[in-house]
Amino acid sequence: MNFDFSDDLKQLRDQARRFLAEQCTPAVVRRSLDGQETHAAALWREIAQMGWIGAAIPEEFGGAGLGYEGLCVLAEEMGRAVAPVPFGSTAYLAAEAILTAGSDAQRREYLPKLADGSLIGCFALSEGNGNPEPSAIHARVVGGRLTGSKWPVADGGIADIAIVVAIDEHRQPGLFVADLKDVRRHDLQTLDPSRNHARLDFDGLPVQQLGSGGWGAVQRVLDRSAILFAFEQVGGADACLQMAKDYAQERYAFGRPIGSFQAIKHKLADMYVALELARSNAYYGAWALSEDATDLSLAAATVRVSATEAFHLASKENIQTHGGIGFTWAVDCHLFYRRSKQLGLMIGSAPFWKNRLVDLLETRNAA
Amino acid sequence: MDFNDTKEEAAFRAEARAFLSANAELKAGSRPVLRQSGVDAAAVKRCKEWQAKKADAGFAGLTWPKRFGGKEASPILQVIYNQEEDDFVVPRGLYEIGLGMCIPTMMAYAQPEQLDRYVRPALRGEEVWCQLFSEPAGGSDLAALRTRAVRDGGDWVINGQKIWTSGAHLSDFGIIVVRTDPDKPKHEGLTFFFLDMKSPGIEVRPIHQMSGASHFNEVFFTDVRVPDAQRLGAVGQGWKVSLTTLMNERLAVGDVQRPDVDDLVELSRKMRIDGKPALQNGAVREKIAEWHARSQGLKFTRFRTMTALSKGETPGPENSIHKLVNASKLQDIASYGLDLMGNNGLVLDEDLTEAYGMFQAALLSSPSARIAGGSDEILRNIIAERVLGMPSDIRVDKGVPFNKVPTGKR
Repeated sequence: MNFDFSDDLKQLRDQARRFLAEQCTPAVVRRSLDGQETHAAALWREIAQMGWIGAAIPEEFGGAGLGYEGLCVLAEEMGRAVAPVPFGSTAYLAAEAILTAGSDAQRREYLPKLADGSLIGCFALSEGNGNPEPSAIHARVVGGRLTGSKWPVADGGIADIAIVVAIDEHRQPGLFVADLKDVRRHDLQTLDPSRNHARLDFDGLPVQQLGSGGWGAVQRVLDRSAILFAFEQVGGADACLQMAKDYAQERYAFGRPIGSFQAIKHKLADMYVALELARSNAYYGAWALSEDATDLSLAAATVRVSATEAFHLASKENIQTHGGIGFTWAVDCHLFYRRSKQLGLMIGSAPFWKNRLVDLLETRNAA
Repeated sequence: MDFNDTKEEAAFRAEARAFLSANAELKAGSRPVLRQSGVDAAAVKRCKEWQAKKADAGFAGLTWPKRFGGKEASPILQVIYNQEEDDFVVPRGLYEIGLGMCIPTMMAYAQPEQLDRYVRPALRGEEVWCQLFSEPAGGSDLAALRTRAVRDGGDWVINGQKIWTSGAHLSDFGIIVVRTDPDKPKHEGLTFFFLDMKSPGIEVRPIHQMSGASHFNEVFFTDVRVPDAQRLGAVGQGWKVSLTTLMNERLAVGDVQRPDVDDLVELSRKMRIDGKPALQNGAVREKIAEWHARSQGLKFTRFRTMTALSKGETPGPENSIHKLVNASKLQDIASYGLDLMGNNGLVLDEDLTEAYGMFQAALLSSPSARIAGGSDEILRNIIAERVLGMPSDIRVDKGVPFNKVPTGKR
């Protein structure tokens, strides 16, 4: 039994944590939050140079070939830093879609540029309200040309290419690569302004299909990214617990640190429990990704449910532990509270994944 | 990451499996092995025979020193043995406390000739041990105990009452912490002993639990004499010795109790809501998903603990998470399963109810799971203080002579 990351990966994690603590401070996050920039472009370039974006991309396609466990430890640190960069959109969604569904030529065309940061990717799935399902897809590709609208698309306003979910010529949902250079798009106001979100309108844009289509290919991307996003959620929840812990020791009320009150202790213990359960599920997800395990989908749904819950709990109770100062703009609690919801809603919200989890349990138990 | 045993671990697992296959029956089907309502004479006999067999085969006291019949093995081998044993029907419930907590405390504090006398018979199951800690006035606040010991020549004379003592009525010996100096602050006036449970003046009365079972006892002490030679640790150091005992509790990584999520899934296939299987109901599915995520989270947390053990690390207070999550989950799943049965959820007759009555049994036993061995609240305190570093509670009894502190119920 060796259910832990290797020493090399722990070292990578520590380096990433130190780097982001210096280079991705709350002040950097707030430049995006306050609308001074769409994303931390300078930070993005450095992340690309260190090979993080392509951590799981094989070396033959320009990646660092660190494997999925490497990408997982980096994801945790991106979550901890509430990084205002298109990391997930590019590395967990666009690159994964091309890697899992694309042809060899498509991989060679796009993956090296995604890995070195010269192309930003995004995943255009939602068309307004609702969770991912085939009947919710109205965008269509006819004669190789895409028509329809997608919103909200995380990083849609800054991306160079989009992986678009649209109905193909065989009336099947499929994955398409779209060059966004001449696409009409406008940025959306969202709950989490530290991340760019946009609406994309396609009016006969020429696109290439990835693979042969079918919802299975879409779900595969969702499953794999759910594990990676879960590491971001775990990192974010851990950061919230640290903040709440620190504040509970510094802040005095009634002549004593508030952390000496059981009402606060038990709140922190509950945050810790939710976080540890999510972290353990995430470790299993990392293993499932790196081994391409047969129960990867169930592992993904499971960690999606527990990581979403853990980050939500930690981010709201962090505010609560801080009291009045916790809901001010000046204190950083809300950065995590916003990101918790942003991550919890993209790629399908909790009810969607809970339902999927039970679908998968039923299939497993019937087998 | 991998889930493989090391070469040594795999070899040991095979040995354990071979021993168990030759000497015990595999658990069959989905029928749960319910905890018996009490351990009777026949069950004691079965436990004793099994323990002797296990000890003779070298699978008892795996981590103990060789001179006491142990193997000085890494704790991971103990976990592996427990995993394997869990697949078999073996008699349980008589030795966990003695071998898990009492004898390790003896090994830390007793004299060599005492260890020569007591350890092997305990390991072979010939002598049963219990732990006399909790009192009516001292449960979660264990150090508030009031049972008195007064020095009289070469002996100490004990008067008072213990409670929640598992297996006291079956025990030959016990470890006990008592108050020897009530003028000192709470933690400073305690002293630790071991004693013969057949000593004159000891009366054991079983406690009838709400579940119908009687796992615990009240133990009354009237002028019970214990030789000073049976003192463990210095006079006034009883609290420190008690912590040694309690630390051993942490190594016990909680096992999964039933009904768990799979049992609830099976029940939801059979029960109906709106004319359809309950498993198709959105509310039911949401609950199942949440409990599955918790169950799996705990399972993989156990794997992380095993990894730490495998690397030679010692599990710390973070291990409190297992019981904290399991006990509430058990109570919640039990209650929810009964809700799915509707009015028939009340019925205990095995022929008329579902899943051999395990949901009903768990409804009545789970409240004790949330309290015994550290209540949910104490476990949360442990996590907050010992894992997260929160300051300890402000205590109004700190530095106050114990006999000036209010205790128990006013």
